[in-house]
Amino acid sequence: MTRYFTKDHEWIAVEGSEATVGITHYAQSQLGDITFVEVPAVDATVAKGDSASVVDSVKAASDVYAPVSGTVTVVNGALEDQPELVNSDAEGDGWLWKMTLSDPAELAGLMDEAAYQTFVTEL
Amino acid sequence: MSDTYNIDPTEEPEGEPLGPLTLPLDAWHRARGGRMVDFAGYRMPVQFEGIIAEHLWTRSSAGFFDVSHMGQLYVSGEGVEAALEAVLPIDLSTLPVGGVRYSLLLNETGGILDDLMVTRWGTGFYLVVNGATKRDDIAHLREFLPDEVTLNHLDDTALFAVQGPKAAETLDALVTGDQPLSSLTFMRGAAFKLGGFDAWISRSGYTGEDGFEISVPAEHAAEIADLICAQPEMKPIGLGARDSLRLEAGLPLYGHDMTETVDPVSANLLFGINKRRRSEGGFPGAEQILPLIANGAETRRVGLLIEGRMAAREGAKVLIGETEVGTVTSGGFSPSLERPIAMAFVATAHAAPGTSLSIDVRGRKLAATVTPMPFVPHRYHRKGAA
Repeated sequence: MTRYFTKDHEWIAVEGSEATVGITHYAQSQLGDITFVEVPAVDATVAKGDSASVVDSVKAASDVYAPVSGTVTVVNGALEDQPELVNSDAEGDGWLWKMTLSDPAELAGLMDEAAYQTFVTEL
Repeated sequence: MSDTYNIDPTEEPEGEPLGPLTLPLDAWHRARGGRMVDFAGYRMPVQFEGIIAEHLWTRSSAGFFDVSHMGQLYVSGEGVEAALEAVLPIDLSTLPVGGVRYSLLLNETGGILDDLMVTRWGTGFYLVVNGATKRDDIAHLREFLPDEVTLNHLDDTALFAVQGPKAAETLDALVTGDQPLSSLTFMRGAAFKLGGFDAWISRSGYTGEDGFEISVPAEHAAEIADLICAQPEMKPIGLGARDSLRLEAGLPLYGHDMTETVDPVSANLLFGINKRRRSEGGFPGAEQILPLIANGAETRRVGLLIEGRMAAREGAKVLIGETEVGTVTSGGFSPSLERPIAMAFVATAHAAPGTSLSIDVRGRKLAATVTPMPFVPHRYHRKGAA
């Protein structure tokens, strides 16, 4: 499984043509207490860069963009009652949705973990 | 992801090309992990350990707030009382020495330029105005006050608030004065010594809790903040929780729930226009406001309880069916109630408590009910109360 990162602070863990998407630990730390997560609809088609989800914190609502194009297969139902999972485990149990990729070549434009950590350090 | 819908807390004063300024406790906040943001032209802490934790701590124990961005003014001189009554809809004849009263700075068309606290000190009056508006307020007051009246900007003072059910006992241990701190009731103040330093302390605040506001010399701000926060009941609280606390308390925020184009009747702030002034008039905007008091305004600031978990924020449209009847002016997640709440201006016909409305948030219709404010009961230490 390979994990990629976007400049908008999403992560995507890819295994073959399947992937899991969430926001990064850095993103949740910037947002603060998360109170609600609007996940996409199952079977929704998303294009790279589309707003696919919204994360509501005490401070603000923030779009989560699809890191790549594809179709949503599963959403994280646990977030309905426990949106704070995104705070406590953003890159694990706080995942947002799973998807099948329609164009895996789009992954080439994303950062690996080391590049993302450097990117965040320089913010 | 990005903060597309963020309500930008930056409210730089107009015409100020300077970057954000720092307050006396700037280094103090940073040393305690405060996340600094631009607010009202200053760098200020939005949070320390987290907004929800800080909010709930204040409701259950006591929170320390640095509000030194606010403008502290002293107005004095011959005829000061009549001069202030000419610019504010306040009745100073019933305000005793040490008494604190909420008032409104109004323009000639009845719009709200700012809200403020007025305290009678011996021969003059101590005013606390909002940080983002203080330069405009000072200019306005200097223009409309007569030459015999002097306005001093007390910019060598810091201002703190300690708020919460344990604020009184915690602060009492640190304070000496001619009278015990406990003798102060809500909206009363007096001079004390705090850690050996001069402090003007009033029993007031903007969280809905019992608590105090404390004006101290800026040069000793950090020592005094250390002393207060050394108490185990006390933690520093950021702007984020200050906002959620005042929202739960139903207290409007200038620039959001009241502006230059909003009148005090619509804003549900008639208590800022004292009874004698309502009958006598003679304050800025009286010609517009007095008929509104008699006949009612077209819109009204109301509280809304929102179903579900998604928050509605400033600017969201309030609907009945497909018909727009109002706009949200403040909104967010209530940590105490664990649900979203909001303030909105809605057409008076739909402003009665219990009215079912909906709010359009990014195309989704959230069910909402008009509800009396405060959302969370006030716990002020009022005179005559047990």
